[in-house]
Amino acid sequence: MSRALALRLEPYLYAAPSLLLIAAIMLVPLVTGLSYAFHDLILLDPLSGDFVGLDHFREMLDDDGFWTALRNTVVWTAVSVALQFGFGLILALLLDRPFPGRGLVQALVFLPWAVPGFLSGLTWAWLFNPVIGPLPHWLHGLGLLATPENILSDPHLALWGPIAANVWWGIPFFAITLLAALQSIPKDIYEAAAMDGAGPLLRFRRVTLPLLAPTIAITVMLRTVWVANFAELIVVMTKGGPADATQILSSYIFTLAFQRLDFGYASAVAAVLLVLLLAYAAAVMVLRHAMTERA
Amino acid sequence: MNKTATHIIGARLLHALALAAFVAFALFPLFWLLKVSLTPDDLMYGEGVRLWPSRVTLDHYGSVLRHSQFPLFFRNSLIVSAATGLLATAAASAAGYAFSRFRFRGKAWVMGVMLVSQMFPLVIIVAPIFRLLSPLGLTNSLSGLVVVYTAFNTPFAAFLMQSFFEAIPKDLEEAAMMDGATRFQALRRVILPLTLPGLAATGGFVFTAAWSELLFSLMLNSSAAVSTFPAGLLGFVSKFSVDFGQMMAAGVLALLPVGAFFLLIQRYLVQGLTAGAVKG
Repeated sequence: MSRALALRLEPYLYAAPSLLLIAAIMLVPLVTGLSYAFHDLILLDPLSGDFVGLDHFREMLDDDGFWTALRNTVVWTAVSVALQFGFGLILALLLDRPFPGRGLVQALVFLPWAVPGFLSGLTWAWLFNPVIGPLPHWLHGLGLLATPENILSDPHLALWGPIAANVWWGIPFFAITLLAALQSIPKDIYEAAAMDGAGPLLRFRRVTLPLLAPTIAITVMLRTVWVANFAELIVVMTKGGPADATQILSSYIFTLAFQRLDFGYASAVAAVLLVLLLAYAAAVMVLRHAMTERA
Repeated sequence: MNKTATHIIGARLLHALALAAFVAFALFPLFWLLKVSLTPDDLMYGEGVRLWPSRVTLDHYGSVLRHSQFPLFFRNSLIVSAATGLLATAAASAAGYAFSRFRFRGKAWVMGVMLVSQMFPLVIIVAPIFRLLSPLGLTNSLSGLVVVYTAFNTPFAAFLMQSFFEAIPKDLEEAAMMDGATRFQALRRVILPLTLPGLAATGGFVFTAAWSELLFSLMLNSSAAVSTFPAGLLGFVSKFSVDFGQMMAAGVLALLPVGAFFLLIQRYLVQGLTAGAVKG
């Protein structure tokens, strides 16, 4: 009897350390953090702390900073993920073919992934600095910039700086996961398709893409959520400026919390971001389910 | 005949050129970091945007190592990242093993919770975590960072370990259990040795993530004695924002351990994910 009980408990014992840790350090603080969204909570202000209901959410409706950040979040996330994915897929396809020196090439092109986020931000900020970096001069030479100036201080262009850094940094993630998925496609499927007279493009469209689709859906979803939350590059490269022009929601939350010390309002914005991301993830999962059902 | 031959050579050439472009794009920023870190101060502005300075120097590395606190930050980061790597990999292997080998009530919930824990902006929990750790004496401490980083990295590491376990046939531990071993003994003696590459990849992944973390390091640890490298470097940048040579030398130093680690483990990452994909 007790042996049977021990056997039933076994999986829980294996999962328990991770679960307890995640619950204590992430989930309980998340609930606390969300509750701040309904309180007037300003750090170092002993008079704050009152329950304010939905006041923060009403405040948000009239907050231009919030709407700019929301728009920027969409641009930042969509452009970054699309470029990371596109280049990552091309790179994975290139690496899927055997060639001499593949191990070394693979290690080198994946290297940006190992670079700490803040350091990629600093490195790219330096590359965009006309005093020390080549990029403004190259962009000027190509006729893309009228003068070799720092795009990070131009409100209309500044967001492209962190996007460039993000694309550079994120290509390896997609390349690694897509390469892994490509390598698990049995080679005889291609041979059969080639035998039936399918050319490379047709094989890619009819064989590779459908088999990659589940991996693509899940990695794009995870990556989108992750990139939307990823404030480090923006905080390091532009601090959300000039004049809040490059603020995305997550960097805006950071600014609200640690420069204005307004934890209540910051938590309310974070709650909105969380709800938007959960809705997005649920939509992707439903879509993926519908697609696999049909297939 | 000749036409197909040129065709094949053309395709190979295109393939090689495309790969060369990717390698150049991946390495150029790092090359630039290295270049500026080796440029002497007097050439910094005159030859600032040349591909390689006419003279190189190790002075910037010397001053970073001797006159700054970077050796201390480096040591702190090494301790925190190594401890986080070990603890998170241990917890994640156990959880990943449970996900891979058992069907149990609430499994979908457990995995869902782990997924959701990856979805929210971590800024929202900085203040609650500070309030949680402060009375326990875990702020301004390296152990506090280890606890926090272990929690943050365990979910992804568990999914990664799950996919490594999926690649190992169940018959192996079942055979050992037939011979009288308990499941835990079978796991320890039979399965874990086979997942060594997976453990290394997961550990390396977590090490890299902990090495790179900036936000919580800044917020939980204000004293320089327990600052990690990212926080130290950022402090240095905001204080001496024109000393490009030293900043980039410090950047190169920050990159060395994770870069080396990554070059060693990256192929296991592809293998591990392949194994996971096979099982779906």
